[in-house]
Amino acid sequence: MSSHRPPEWDRLAATPQFHALLRAKSAFVVPACLFFCAYYFALPVLVGYFPAFMNRRVLGPLNIAYLFALSQFVMAWLIAFLYTRAARRFDAMAEEVVRLNGANEGTRAQ
Amino acid sequence: MNAPLLIFLAFVALTLAITAWAARRSSGAASFFAAGRRITGWQNGLAVAGDYMSAASFLGIAGLIAFNGYDGFMYSVGWLVAYLTVLLVVAEPLRNAGKYTMADILAYRLSPRPVRAMAALATLTVSTFYMIAQMVGAGALVSLLLKDSGISYTTAVTGVGLLMIVYVVFGGMLATTWVQIVKAVLLMAGTLLLSVLVLGHFGYSFAAFFDAVAHVRYTVNGLPVEQDFFTPGLKYKPPYGALDLISLGMALIFGTAGLPHILIRFYTVPDARTARVSVVWAMAIIGAFYVMTTFLGFGAATIVGRDFITTHGGINMSAPLLAQALGGDTFFAFISAVAFATILAVVAGLTISASSSFSHDFWSNVVHHGSPRGPYEEVRVARITAFVVGVVAIALAILLGPGANVAFLVGLAFAVAASANLPAIVLSIFWKRFNTAGAVAALGAGLASSILLILIGPSVRGPANALFPLENPGIVSIPIGFAAAVLATLASGDRTSEAKFAELQVRGNTGLGAEKPTAH
Repeated sequence: MSSHRPPEWDRLAATPQFHALLRAKSAFVVPACLFFCAYYFALPVLVGYFPAFMNRRVLGPLNIAYLFALSQFVMAWLIAFLYTRAARRFDAMAEEVVRLNGANEGTRAQ
Repeated sequence: MNAPLLIFLAFVALTLAITAWAARRSSGAASFFAAGRRITGWQNGLAVAGDYMSAASFLGIAGLIAFNGYDGFMYSVGWLVAYLTVLLVVAEPLRNAGKYTMADILAYRLSPRPVRAMAALATLTVSTFYMIAQMVGAGALVSLLLKDSGISYTTAVTGVGLLMIVYVVFGGMLATTWVQIVKAVLLMAGTLLLSVLVLGHFGYSFAAFFDAVAHVRYTVNGLPVEQDFFTPGLKYKPPYGALDLISLGMALIFGTAGLPHILIRFYTVPDARTARVSVVWAMAIIGAFYVMTTFLGFGAATIVGRDFITTHGGINMSAPLLAQALGGDTFFAFISAVAFATILAVVAGLTISASSSFSHDFWSNVVHHGSPRGPYEEVRVARITAFVVGVVAIALAILLGPGANVAFLVGLAFAVAASANLPAIVLSIFWKRFNTAGAVAALGAGLASSILLILIGPSVRGPANALFPLENPGIVSIPIGFAAAVLATLASGDRTSEAKFAELQVRGNTGLGAEKPTAH
């Protein structure tokens, strides 16, 4: 699997560019995961333990429970959209790290 | 011969043509296991959706909503939200660091033999449980959908089993992928058409539709009842209803990203960026499908009615009966055929996942220590495994019979994926200290606790005799899996896995050194 000259993993891992990539990624992914878990688990918790509140009608026959369940779809799509947009930045940062590989050597086989 | 059978045979003919085409293009291991890594983003998105949306989604959730209203709809939400875990946490590093199976990412910096052996065991467990549930469901459906065609349960189960063997043995991952794509397109077309017809029934007025949902009429013990179907709590009742729902949600949110047959789909695309794009496509399709279960389920409740469904085949017939009521026998035939296509695509995905794990993880790396024994050995073993898995699944499904209660097997598959596979995957990607002992402990404890809690739970022992009150063990077994991983890691003192953590981090995040698509 490895070629003649394996990538310089440890040197790349120590570069400021790679650290910046990891920081940028976790700055998005960690809050996004915490948020979607909190938002999602709020649904069974609220419906299970506060059924009267969730059954309150707010839009014709539609109650809070149904609208909140529908909003979960919007939430999931929104986070996916925001991540796709942020990931373009991560891709550019990752390419920069890849360019550093073998930067102080002559030629490199692809 | 009747109409559902004809439409279904047309689908079978198309999938066999796909298999023949794929068999001619297919050569070598990357081609057999990963379709040459040349599937595009939208194609893989459709295939992930086709791999994921089982008969339980199409027939089961429509029925749950038709009978229990809101609770059934709430149940469907988690199936989409779960993909955020796949998107944000697992898909890209897996594609960058792995090759053919889920275990590749675990074996990257841990001791390969014990880790792959345990991962293969977890994969085979998840795949065969899930597969038996699908096969029994397929056979039981036949007696309902094709009851006039003279096809028995045994014939149906054998037919489904043989087809999935043919797809995988001859067409490998390429044929499996396209069967899943065709199925996803059919399923979405059928669901969309059904939804439009439901709205049309109410004069294309959402207000009229929602008003009908708020006044659903049926009979309970011979007495007429009118019920607002937006009311929560018709199915999940105290004392354990809410807890069971939370537990199910945990199994979905943490389990989907640990389902081996979903994870290996990300090896079929050229790079991590395409893997990401394909998850987003899958989320668009899966989300649209589950939103439309509003029309399928509530439509069946209001237009067909619980009473009629109960006397005409039961809860799982809600969607086909709705199709019959709105579009007549031809549409009923189409929707029935879609239900079969759905099952076939899922079992094909499970078969290739089980056989690639047995061949790549167990045979090549555990039995033969990772030294290749000829270039075609791995593919040959995988083909034999697919055949054996198929025959065993057919035999088990026939032995269990059409009346077997197998719904809990799907829950079990998700519980094992969430409690055993996911802790091992996530900790190996993100925790430097994580080691072989931790991975083996997570896989072992997650697998054992999920199976044990289901065996002593209400699905198997009945609500009265259950020693564990929840149908879904996730809320207990997932923490057990993570705790076992952490405790065993710290207890073992083995730090050799730290040496390759930087390498996995760089490769996982940049794609440097990742498997390339085959030149073709």
